[in-house]
This record gives sequence, structure tokens and C-alpha cells, in this order.
Amino acid sequence: MSLILVITAVVTLLAAVAAMSLRNLVHSALTLAVSFSGVAAIYLQLNAEFAGFTEILVYVGAIAILIVMAILLTRSGETPEKSVLTSGWLAGIAVTALVFTILGWAVLSSSALPAAPAVPPHVTVKDIGMQLMTQYVLPLEIIGLVLTVAMIGAVVIACKEEAPARILPVVAKTTEPQPAPGNPAAPIPAAAGAFKKAGAA
Amino acid sequence: MFGQLDQIFVTLLHWLVGFLPVAWRSLASSLLCIGFVISVFPGLFALVTVIERKGLGRIQNRYGPNRVGPFGFLQFAADGIKSLIKEDIVPRAADHVVHFLAPVVLLIPVLLAYAVLPFGQNMTIADYDAGLLFFFAVGGAVELSIFMAGWSSRNKYSLLGAMRAIAQMLSYEIPLILSAVSVVMIVGSLNLSDIVSHQNHYTFGIAHWYVFTPWGLAGFLIFFIASLAESNRCPFDLPEAESEIIAGYFTEYSGFKFALFFLGEYLGMFAICGLGITLFLGGWTSPVSWLSWIPSYVWFLTKLLAIVFVFIWIRGTLPRLRMDQLMNLAWKFLLPLALVNIVVAGLWHFLGAGALRWLVCAVILAAAYVALGRALMQHQKLGKRIYRFAY
Repeated sequence: MSLILVITAVVTLLAAVAAMSLRNLVHSALTLAVSFSGVAAIYLQLNAEFAGFTEILVYVGAIAILIVMAILLTRSGETPEKSVLTSGWLAGIAVTALVFTILGWAVLSSSALPAAPAVPPHVTVKDIGMQLMTQYVLPLEIIGLVLTVAMIGAVVIACKEEAPARILPVVAKTTEPQPAPGNPAAPIPAAAGAFKKAGAA
Repeated sequence: MFGQLDQIFVTLLHWLVGFLPVAWRSLASSLLCIGFVISVFPGLFALVTVIERKGLGRIQNRYGPNRVGPFGFLQFAADGIKSLIKEDIVPRAADHVVHFLAPVVLLIPVLLAYAVLPFGQNMTIADYDAGLLFFFAVGGAVELSIFMAGWSSRNKYSLLGAMRAIAQMLSYEIPLILSAVSVVMIVGSLNLSDIVSHQNHYTFGIAHWYVFTPWGLAGFLIFFIASLAESNRCPFDLPEAESEIIAGYFTEYSGFKFALFFLGEYLGMFAICGLGITLFLGGWTSPVSWLSWIPSYVWFLTKLLAIVFVFIWIRGTLPRLRMDQLMNLAWKFLLPLALVNIVVAGLWHFLGAGALRWLVCAVILAAAYVALGRALMQHQKLGKRIYRFAY
């Protein structure tokens, strides 16, 4: 385990803890972005270029922005007075540690694990693309379908039931003569109509 | 002789690093490359600010800066000293830590993007297998720093500017990436050096740049428009529209932090221009074979300055778009056209060499352009403007 890996891991964990415990939601979102970047750095340390770049592209570039936009659009920037941690945080840590231990034990003692440590394969982006387009094309399509359904659902929720009342552009249908250019004293029928419509609506 | 001149920076790097013990060499060469990027491109920024001010002055029929140094070319030094010695004012209600970090966070991804650009033959700093993906990944992190600046200032103009910037950058990133995808499809690699070396062939003395193919031309134009928007340049400068929201997300920044935002914006512009050059304009290759003795980095720099000149020209020519026009252009025009372009690039690959693919691809793209334009213009009542309230 190299020193750089330890530093990135510590930064990632500290940022994750800060994201959970900071009072200001925007600060939490920003530290979460730091944590995502740390995870990406760890991927790069492990020579998983594609996973690392995708982590930055999707999580730092898109998810973090999505989170801050959601915070800004839903609630005011007021920070809560008291700490956001509940009083039972010690019990929470105990439960978490217990679950982690059991899961870790179950995974490590599983017979599905290969006996010898696998040789790290040298995977290029081209290989990943080939696999996605041949062997894993069905899961890829299903994920695409799920995302499309989610997007259509979001559009349906965002759409209003009926179109908002619009002030229609006024087309001069009146029989009154149009004001001749260069004659400022003449009445402006179209404009007057527009004011009446706006007042009625 | 010319080959040595072409590789002079690479040779220099190896010679300098050769003095050190073997264990330190990789670190030293990284540091030298970083030094190269953070000295050359801010220098270019200084030069370009003067050229821009003088060029805009020419376009607007005035002199531009002409007092400091010969022909005003030392104006950047005066501006830099001014911004260094100005008082740094932070609003009392601002979130101090985030407010301080925002300009720093802006510079990190922008400078990181230079790591994968091939500045010349064998002159890529980090030759990643997925270099293009790296470029777009770090480019996506810029939005976060803009949000930090806008939110932490506790100023409505700043927040409005940040919201506009994020909406604009998210929208235009899609046509930007999709237009780059067509090049990736033809080359079959995300490595930027590979993309350049695929364009380094000549027929009748003319280079095989992708901009000289129908799909490449369409892709380049989409990329160019989207990169204008990504770098917040006129006519897409809504995030910092002076006449509407003061200076957008960096309204509350003064002194050197303001200069850092300015620097970050220009460095981002150079990086995205460099990517456009690499993808469509042959990177460091020369356009005609009898000029290929000119060193590769000179070609890269020349192309970069040419594109930046076009950016300045556009800034002096076009008025700013409205927000709805901005979104319509990205989602209703550029995005469908980029999708059509991807299909056309696939056709280009499968039709094989010959005159047929030129004809088919050009016709499809022209038809898509005309059809999209007609469909979008159908409900727009454009014509002579009639003034109803003034004569």
C-alpha cells in the first residue's frame, strides 16, 4: 500500500464524514464532490483509468451539480441551529460496524471467491467498449431503457396539467386604419388591444 | 536539422532530467512538464488579452490600449500589477471559505486538461489511453467551481450568473461531446496522439484533416459553436452579461481573485481550442506536405492563435443571445444535428473509399441542416421589425 493511496483514502474518508456531519447542505454537497474525486483518484491509483474518468465525469461533473441544484431549488439556504447528527449516533456506529463485520466475514469465507489472487488484467477502453457492444449489449440496452423511462417520467411530472394562460400576440384585425409611419399623433389600435387583453388575463 | 528543431523541447527535457539520479527522473520530468504548462499558457493569456483589446478596438473603430510599452503591448503587465495591489474585498455575508476556494478550484481542472493535449510531435504530457475522456471529465468539474463562486458570494447577481453558467455549460456539453464522438468512431481510439497521427497523411500534398470531410466539417462547426458556449464567450456570454447581471458569478470578486477567474476562463478557452485543433484540424500536422518542415509546436500554436482570433472576431461582431434562444440552439438544433452527424460518420466508415461516400454524406448533412432550420423557423414570425410604441 503506497503512501499516495493512504493519503487519498484518508482525504476521501474525511470528506465523506464531513459530508454527513456538516450543517450547511451546500457544504455537504461540496465535500461529497471532494469525496467523489478521492474515489476517482483511488481508481486511477489502481490503473482503472476508465472507471476513474467516468467517476469524475458522472459523479463530480453531473451528480454533484444535480445535488446542489436540487438543494437550491427546494429549500432556502438556512442552516439548522442544532447539529444534524441524531443523539443515537453511537448506537448507529455499533450497528454499522456489526453489519460490516458480518458482511465482510460472509464475503471472505464465500466459496465463490477464487483461491489465488487473480492477475490484474490490462484492460483498455477499447476492450470495455467491445465487451459492452457484444457480450453485455442486453444489459446496456436495458439500462438505457430504464433511464429513458425515468426521464419521460420526470418530464410528465414537470409538465403542468394545462398550458398557462398566455397573452396572445395581437394581430391587428380591426377595421381601423393602421397608423401611418411618421405620424405619432395617430391612435395605436393594436397596442390598445394588447393592454386590454393583458388586463383581462 | 529540422527534425532536431522539431524535437528540441523533448531533447531538452531528456537532457535536463539526465543529470538526476534514476529514482528522481520521473518526478523531475513531471515537474518540468507542469512548469511548461503553467508558464507558456498564462503567457499566451497575457498576449491574447492585449490582442483582444486591440482587435476589439479596431472592430469598434477606436485605438484600444496604446500607452504602456510599444503599441500598448505591455498593457497586460500594468493590468496584472493593478490586480495584484488592489484591495481584496470579501462581502460580509459571504461564505468565506467557499468564496476563497472557488477561483482556486476553477484553475485545477482547467490546468489538468492540458495534460492530455498533444502540443507537438511526442509532446503529450500524459498520454492516456482514454485522453479524450479525461479532457471531458475534468472539464465537467469547472461547473462546480462556478457554482461555488456564485453561491458563496450571497449576491443575487452572482447566483443568477452561476445558474445561467451551469445551465449553459450542461446544455452545450452534449453537442460538444457528440461532435467529438464522430472522430472517435472513425479513428477507433480515445487517445489524442492516435487521433492526430491518423490525420498525418497527405494526398496531392493536402493533409487528411477531418475538417476536410463532410462529417468532419459539420462536426467541427458544431464543436466550434459549443466551445464558444463552453468558454462563455460572446455571443454566449450570458453568465457574465455586463449589461444585465454586472459580471455574473464573479461580481463579488476583486483584485487577484478576479484576475484568477479571468485567467481560468482564458485557459479553458485555449484548452478547448486545442482539443478542437487536435480532433478536427490535424493537431500539430501541417496543412500541406511541403510545409511539414516547420516544427510541430509552431503549427499547434499558429492554429491556436488563429482560432482565438476567430473567437475575438465573433465577439466583436455578434450580439448576445437571449436565454431561450441559447437553449433552443443547443437542444433543438445542435443536438439533432450532432446525432445525424454520428450516423453519417458511421456511413462514411462503411461506404468505403470513393466519390459515393462524399456525395451521400454531404447530401444527408445538408438535408438535415435545411430540414432542421425550416422546421425551427416555421413558427417564428420573423420579418421586418415593426415598432408599435415608437416611430
